[in-house]
Amino acid sequence: MRTAFIEELVRLAEQDERIWLVCGDLGYSVIEAFGDRFPKRYLNAGVAEQNMTGVAAGLALMGKTVFTYSIANFPVIRCLEQIRNDVCYHNLNVKIVAVGGGLAYGSHGYTHHAVEDIAVLSLLPNITVAAPGDPVEARAVTRVLASRPGPAYLRLGKAGEPVLHSAEIVAVYGKAIIMRDGQDMTLISIGGMLANTLSAADKLTQAGYSVRVVSMPFAVPLDEDAIRSAVAETGVVLTVEEHGIGGLGTAVGECIARSGGTAVFVPLRLGRYPIKTAGSQEQLRASQGLSVEGIVHSAEDAYRRRTPMH
Amino acid sequence: MTTVQRLSAVAQTLRAYAVRMVHRSHASHLGSCLSIADILACLYWNSLRIDPERPDLPERDRFILSKGHAAAIVYAALAERGFFPVKELETYCEFGSRLTGHITRGVPGVELSSGSLGHGLPVGCGIALAAKREELPFRTIVLCSDGELDEGSNWEAILFAPQHNLDNLLLIVDYNKIQSFGRVKDVLDLDPLADKFRAFRWAVREVDGHNMQQLVDTFSEIPFEPGRPSVVIAHTVKGKGVSFMEDDLAWHYKSPTAEQVACALQELGEGA
Repeated sequence: MRTAFIEELVRLAEQDERIWLVCGDLGYSVIEAFGDRFPKRYLNAGVAEQNMTGVAAGLALMGKTVFTYSIANFPVIRCLEQIRNDVCYHNLNVKIVAVGGGLAYGSHGYTHHAVEDIAVLSLLPNITVAAPGDPVEARAVTRVLASRPGPAYLRLGKAGEPVLHSAEIVAVYGKAIIMRDGQDMTLISIGGMLANTLSAADKLTQAGYSVRVVSMPFAVPLDEDAIRSAVAETGVVLTVEEHGIGGLGTAVGECIARSGGTAVFVPLRLGRYPIKTAGSQEQLRASQGLSVEGIVHSAEDAYRRRTPMH
Repeated sequence: MTTVQRLSAVAQTLRAYAVRMVHRSHASHLGSCLSIADILACLYWNSLRIDPERPDLPERDRFILSKGHAAAIVYAALAERGFFPVKELETYCEFGSRLTGHITRGVPGVELSSGSLGHGLPVGCGIALAAKREELPFRTIVLCSDGELDEGSNWEAILFAPQHNLDNLLLIVDYNKIQSFGRVKDVLDLDPLADKFRAFRWAVREVDGHNMQQLVDTFSEIPFEPGRPSVVIAHTVKGKGVSFMEDDLAWHYKSPTAEQVACALQELGEGA
């Protein structure tokens, strides 16, 4: 996803000279593509994320569209007050990009697990929060964010994620992407969980279920129409995210409650406590019920609990 | 009247505004306002390239108040300088007023909202970097407090500015030696402050922050060295200008009574 992002950003920067890339001394072998091409619009701010974000705000006050870039929590939680006060309060054109969202840095340990980012940033004013599901979505969402003024957060995976869309797509701001339609249940995925979610849907389809799969690249603004439709038309809704409480599941749950509709609703997400043991991304996902099999199991269980009307 | 006398008189006027505003709204941070009155008078009436008629002029100097709690006296300076009607100062901290207790962008002439400390210099670095890379001639001036230099974000920015040769950036430190819970030397001692900045490759000047001639001369000489950011360490007195508020921590918090206002205004040459 990170390569897709950089390639797209370089393309956009060719056409829009306001675009800057500011990194926090991370991005080796990835972001040189931008720095080499646009040295006057590239900045390595050093291992200093608070200043990096303040500098980005200053550049945005000068009319720039600034992408800050680092890994996991560093460009987000380390400098949260700069994001809140300097960027979001001033409604500035700063896009915060975190590589290695979720458990992508599996064995690196909890310091490198970006598992509260969506919740934390969703609380802030004026911000768009996005987590694309594959490299195709990463490119499409990058285009959307670059074209809209105002603060944004872009959670990316790392490298080598499977391409899940058969062709390039046009992302629509705040809109979900219906990957497959179905009537028995809806799986709503955000970010890098899309691959496992689609694989789980394959298995559920083989087992005879009609499964709707929704990719939700925008946590803020949330596509509430897609959620209400899922409730009304399938009656069973599961959210799938590599994130703790406060993310997609929490937002979808609130949306369902406010809509007055009824559904069996199961948020699949990480537990409340840090993962303190090593493991690959897939192993850690599995330990939290987010493997393909874990999703299938939870979906079948949810389907059994549905009301007879559906 | 000489320029220096005129600027000193302006500073006294600004002090009087701040005393009345803080009293009327039962607000605080009066001592922090009074210590920067001379600096603000020098900047807004002498050193800054600004046009109150056109607050968004692209080539204007950018002034950022990083010690956002001293908003009252900056609002007073902006109003007195013509950015908005002086009458509006009476709404300071009142319900619905845009003049909030910590400085807020949206008020004509205010470049950045601040209040949490350690934000102004990084943002100023970003503005100065854009100007530097695009060879825009304006300067960026950030005014911070001494206690504010406890914030790590400032030291990130202090490393950053010389790395990028931001000689279009001026930092002014209001070194009144008192932070919110005691003497700076007793909380987190900054000294030797000038040496710290020199070690970080800044061009440093130390001035008496209430000596208008020194302020005029010093601000006219930036950048002090080509290729380096400039810092002015302004030795000031918290509460300066009102005898019973000077060098007293309590006036970081207290709002003056009507009686105290009368005394203060008399000392400031405004009568009651």
